[in-house]
Amino acid sequence: MDRKPTRDGFGEGLVELGEKRKDIVVLSADLTDSTRAGWFKKKFPERFFSMGVSEQDMIGTAAGLALSGKRPFTCTFGVFAAGRAWDQIRVSIAYMNLNVIIVGTHGGISVGPDGPTHQAVEEITLMRVLPNMTVIAPCDAIEAKKATKLAASYNGPVYLRLGRSNVPIVTTQEDSFEIGKANLLRDGGDVTIIACGYEVYEALVAHEILKKEKISARVINLHTLKPVDRAVITKAAKETGAIVTAEEHTIIGGLGSLVSEVLTQEFPVPVEFIGVKDRFGESGSPEELFKVFELTAEDIVKAAKRVIRRKNK
Amino acid sequence: MAGRPEIKTLKNIAREIRIEILKMLTCAGSGHTGGSLSIVELLVGLYFYKFRCDPKRPLCHTRDIFILSKGHACPALYAVLAHMNFFDKKELCTLRKVGTRLQGHPQRGLPGVEISSGSLGQGLSIANGYALGARIDKDKKRIYCLMGDGELDEGQIWEAVLTGAHYKLDNVCGIVDYNKFQIDGKVEDTKALEPLKEKWEAFNWEVLEIDGHDLKEVMDAYDRAETIKGKPVVILAHTTKGKGVSFLENQNRYHGVAPTKEELDRALKELEGE
Ligand SMILES: Cc1ncc(C[n+]2csc(CCOP(=O)(O)OP(=O)(O)O)c2C)c(N)n1
Ligand SMILES: [Mg+2]
Repeated sequence: MDRKPTRDGFGEGLVELGEKRKDIVVLSADLTDSTRAGWFKKKFPERFFSMGVSEQDMIGTAAGLALSGKRPFTCTFGVFAAGRAWDQIRVSIAYMNLNVIIVGTHGGISVGPDGPTHQAVEEITLMRVLPNMTVIAPCDAIEAKKATKLAASYNGPVYLRLGRSNVPIVTTQEDSFEIGKANLLRDGGDVTIIACGYEVYEALVAHEILKKEKISARVINLHTLKPVDRAVITKAAKETGAIVTAEEHTIIGGLGSLVSEVLTQEFPVPVEFIGVKDRFGESGSPEELFKVFELTAEDIVKAAKRVIRRKNK
Repeated sequence: MAGRPEIKTLKNIAREIRIEILKMLTCAGSGHTGGSLSIVELLVGLYFYKFRCDPKRPLCHTRDIFILSKGHACPALYAVLAHMNFFDKKELCTLRKVGTRLQGHPQRGLPGVEISSGSLGQGLSIANGYALGARIDKDKKRIYCLMGDGELDEGQIWEAVLTGAHYKLDNVCGIVDYNKFQIDGKVEDTKALEPLKEKWEAFNWEVLEIDGHDLKEVMDAYDRAETIKGKPVVILAHTTKGKGVSFLENQNRYHGVAPTKEELDRALKELEGE
C-alpha cells in the first residue's frame, strides 16, 4: 500500500490551485517547508508571504487579504494555529465569516519525537466550537488534495487538519469527496466504526480482523467534522445499533463527542471511544505511540466487541 | 482632492459628534465614554477631509479603508458614519440594544464598518493584510488603523509592526490615540510605553507626533503620511481621554461607563454653550 503524508497532498493541491487561480495567496509562520507551503512559494513567490514566528499576526494579515478579495491559506502547525491564535481566528476570521483556509499540519500524536508541545490533539474541538467554521480532517494524501482544492471555493473559513507522517493511501482519485458528506467505506450490520484522519486506515484494518471473527463492521470516513453529516450517523445507529468512534485527537469535544451529540438527539445507541483520553501526547515513534495511546486496529476491535456486548444487554 | 475644509467647520462637526456620542451612550446606559471622546478630531480630520469613500456605495472599490482596532470606541465611529449618512442618524439610539446593527463593539455589516473588532490588538495585522492585497491589485487605496495606547500592550501589535516594516507598507497609516490611560489606570503605571516614538522608529516606521485635538495638525499629519514612501507611517496623537467635557477629561472612571442622565445634561450645556 502506498504511503504519503496528508501535508504532501495539501502541498500538491496548493500548487495546482496557484496555477489556476490568481487570487490564491499563502502565508506561513516560519514553517514553510514542513507545512509544504514551500512548494507554492517556489512557484509563486509574489503570492507567498513570509510572516515569521507570528501566528496571531499571520491570522490577522490573512483576514485583511481576504477582505481585499484574496483567498489566503495560512500555514503552521495545528497547535500554533488553533491554540496560539484562537482568539484571532475567532474575531478576525470566524466572526466576519471570511474566506480563509487555516491549515494546521502536525495534527495528532503521529508527529512523534517532537513530543506534546508539537502534537496537536485539541484543534478539532477548538475549531468546531466557532460559528461559521468548517473543519476537515482528510484521511490520506489524495483526500487532502481534494479537500485543499474544494476549500478554496468554499464559502467561509475552513480549518484543514493535516498530519506529518506517512499514512497509507486508502482512497482513490475517483472516490467522491464532498465537504460535509461522510463516505461509507465498508458496509456492515453489527457495528459501525466512524473515524477521521489516519484512524480511518486503522478502522479498515479492524474491519478485516472483525470479518474473520464473523463480525460485520460498517466503516464511515467522517472527513468533515463540521458541518457534520447527521444523516449518515443516524442511519448507522439505526441499522447497526452500536458505534465506535476513532480519532487521533482528544475524545473531549472531538469526533467522539460530536457523534454522541448527534446520537443523543437522533437515536441513542451505545458508543465506545477510541482517541486520546484527556492527556497530552508524548515523544516516541508514531508506531509506538499508537500502541501507548490505544489507537490501533486491535484497540478498535476490542472496542467493537465491547460495544456489541452493550448493545445486546 | 478638494481644498481643506475650514477649521471652524470641522470644529463644529467635532462638537456635534461629541454630542451624538454622549447621547448615544446615555441612551444605551453603558459603553466607553473616555476613549470615544479622545478620538473625535482624529476621525473628523480623516473622514471630513482626507478619506475617500461614498456613503451611498459603502463597498465601492476605490474607497480607502478605516480600521478601528480599539473597537470599544465605536460610538465615535458610529456618530461620524451617521453624520456622513452611511446610515440614518436615528439608528444611533439603538446602540447596544437587541437586534441592532450598532453592536457594543463594531460588527462588519453596518455600512462603513470594515471589520469586526473589540478584542484588542488585532487591527494592525488586518490593515497590513489589506495593504498587501491592495498592492497585488495595484490599487492605490490607503489603509488607516486606529489603535489605543493601552492596546499597544498586545504582542500581536508588535508582530504587525514588524510585518508592516518588512513589507514596506507605505499604504498603511497607523494612528495611536495616546490618551495616557487604560482600564487599570495611567499607561505609565500599568505598563509603560515610553520611549514610544523611538520604539516605532526602531521598528522602521516613520513617526509623526501631533496634538490629536488640533485639527490643523491632524490634517497636516494625514497629508504628510501620504507622501512618505518605502515605509509605513504611524501618527502618535497626544490626546486627552474624555476630551471636550470638563468633568470627564482625564477621569478614567469613565473609561467604560456611560454618563448618567444628569451628567449628560451638564455635558450638553457645556458643549452647546461653546
Ligand atoms: C484582548 C482584550 N483584552 C482586554 C480587553 C478589555 N479592554 C477594553 S478597553 C481596554 C483598555 C484599552 O486601553 P486603550 O487602548 O488605551 O483604550 P482607550 O484609552 O483609548 O479607551 C481593555 C483592557 C479587550 N477589549 N480586549
Ligand atoms: Mg488609552
